[in-house]
Amino acid sequence: MDARTVPILPAESRGRKDAAFEYLTTRKDELVGWARKFSLFPYPFVTACCAMEFMAVSASPYDTDRFGAALPRFSPRQADLLMVVGTVTHKQAPVLLKVYEQMCEPKWVMAFGVCATSGGFYQNYAAVRGIDRIIPVDVYIPGCPPRPEMVIDGIMQLQEKIARSRHPILTKDF
Amino acid sequence: MEPAVYELLYRRIAPASGAPAVSHGTIVLQLAADELLPAARCLKAELGFDLFLDVTAVDWPADALRFEVVHHFYSTHHKVRVRLKTRVAEADPVVDSLVGLYGSAAFMERECHEMYGIAFRGNPDLRPILLYEGFVGHPLRKDYPKEREQPLVPYRE
Amino acid sequence: MSDAVTFPNPVRSIFGAPLRDDSVIVNIGPSHPATHGTVQIIAELDGERVLRTDVHCGYLHRGFEKECEDHTWHNLIPYVDRLNYVSALVNDFAYCDAVERLMGIEITPRCRYLRTLLSEYSRLVDHLTCVAASLMELGAMTAFLYLVMVRDYMYEHIAALTGARVTYSYGRIGGLARDLPPGWLVRLEQIFVQYEEFVARVHALVDRNRIFIDRMRGVGTISTADALDLGCTGPILRSTGLAHDLRKDTPYLAYAELDFEVPVGIAGDNYDRYYVRMREMDESVHMMRQLARMLPDGPVNVDDRRCTFPDKHLVYGEIESLINHFKLVMDGPVVPAGEVYCAHEAPNGELGFYLVSTGAGTPWKVHVRSPSFAHIGATSRMLDGGQLADIVPTFGSINMIGGECDR
Repeated sequence: MDARTVPILPAESRGRKDAAFEYLTTRKDELVGWARKFSLFPYPFVTACCAMEFMAVSASPYDTDRFGAALPRFSPRQADLLMVVGTVTHKQAPVLLKVYEQMCEPKWVMAFGVCATSGGFYQNYAAVRGIDRIIPVDVYIPGCPPRPEMVIDGIMQLQEKIARSRHPILTKDF
Repeated sequence: MEPAVYELLYRRIAPASGAPAVSHGTIVLQLAADELLPAARCLKAELGFDLFLDVTAVDWPADALRFEVVHHFYSTHHKVRVRLKTRVAEADPVVDSLVGLYGSAAFMERECHEMYGIAFRGNPDLRPILLYEGFVGHPLRKDYPKEREQPLVPYRE
Repeated sequence: MSDAVTFPNPVRSIFGAPLRDDSVIVNIGPSHPATHGTVQIIAELDGERVLRTDVHCGYLHRGFEKECEDHTWHNLIPYVDRLNYVSALVNDFAYCDAVERLMGIEITPRCRYLRTLLSEYSRLVDHLTCVAASLMELGAMTAFLYLVMVRDYMYEHIAALTGARVTYSYGRIGGLARDLPPGWLVRLEQIFVQYEEFVARVHALVDRNRIFIDRMRGVGTISTADALDLGCTGPILRSTGLAHDLRKDTPYLAYAELDFEVPVGIAGDNYDRYYVRMREMDESVHMMRQLARMLPDGPVNVDDRRCTFPDKHLVYGEIESLINHFKLVMDGPVVPAGEVYCAHEAPNGELGFYLVSTGAGTPWKVHVRSPSFAHIGATSRMLDGGQLADIVPTFGSINMIGGECDR
């Protein structure tokens, strides 16, 4: 059950589902989306300089606790937001993939900083030029390192994305 | 620059290649490959150079003796730095290891080995330290292209 | 997840057979809250006691030295920033100093004092971060939040000068990117007042705290002989009792004219490293106050066409400046052939730049002698024989910065 891979089919092909069911599903998605977006448990996969801005955005005055995203979970089993903070090198790539695979659904990935987004200015033999070459990414935050306001903007955009996605919790359709 | 230290170095090490030079505050000695370990021993035991800073190499592809291995030492007593330079050929890039004298040589030599391919005779552990298992080649050599990646994890899409 | 994904192992442990029948080999890191993101420690444990460790770094190796051979001397300054990214200005100035020595350039007096002031400012930021992180790893969240708040004021203040909070690209060969904006020194003094208040609170919370002393005193001890043998410099070496500081021994920039002390420890353990850093922060503030009074007027950039960009109105007005600007951007400043090793006292220890030039606008080789790399080599000596729970505070007190260690 993956919120990203559930297709949203046109109304005619859904057969005998009636409007009441659709209404319930939409309201359920809104409720679950609201709950999930305000209780993000980040896994800070911290490697490099962006860690300084990550520390700054977790503390005052930029506080991520206002968004419910302050409590880091250092076990991938308990986290749902993988924040890849800093450059991922080829040596680190198997580790990143392992952590991503260990996380349970639903999970989101945030590429924090230019190095995680595209490799930054390290276009050489050592760095992976963007973590989306290895794992799927939901939100990209550019900057070297990004200002805390940019990080908060990224978190808010991710929250909007979570709010408008489908959240099947009981069956594939509901 | 303390003339006393300079004189001391010149007399005790007396490299075959001539007098030490001074480059921007560092005393530089050009040595042959087999003079390196005795010189380092003398620096540590008799001349008080207790801090081994670094070992690295410079790649001169046009020269017959392609790699120039550079060691830096510092003395907390005399407050002076020394640079020892040795040239080795590409076919036989072997230099004596200083792990027996200085513990810090262990990691430094591992890095120099994986980046340039210099073999340090006597260092029991020359595993890659900054690179990873399975990396083929020596990236800091001039003939290794900068862009050549060797990914451990296959790319998606 | 349908098909099994293979995870290749990027490192090979040096452990052969286990030392005992009942010992456990545990992998800590590299993605771990307390290993500062990028270090893997493979530890063999007998219950809670560490028998031996195998430390692996290199997870942040970004190919800095290879990048250097492709960029002009000027274009390297952003890369150099990101070595010790917690105190980026020190890296800038050490690199620019090395290039200036090779070129034979003497910087202006105002630039010299400003660089000293900003180096000390960076030292303050680095020590604040290190102490905050190690206290947080011990569980003292309050102290972490206090120190990070002060650090944030400093970041904003430096951003008013350089334009960026964490990595600045502010040093230039022959000077600095720009001069101080008006009111900057006034705000500096205000920040010092706030710094003193917050640090006093942290001292009150932590220094005589029974738990802190039990966890840090006698833990991670290293002797002076071992520290020198393993290439330790900076607060680690000073905590063992040896007053080795490049600012006093081989003064550079304006340090010869300042009045400051070099704090040393007694036992070489975690508590001493913490306290040496706290005292060094106070000394840095003392130095910065002196420098703010001593700052002379004048230009920050040396008037030398080989490295300093001409003013914009000249570039658009006269052909010589246009060509000069073009050459500096496209080919880079021409540095005469030769080599230099220039070391500054970074917050972690001796940060050295070994530059080799063949007379072109791009370097032939740049090598960084990084203090964190040497300290990682010394980590095993400090961890072996201790407890598993001591790995965290000891590693935090070493202040391994990945960008500098792995380059």
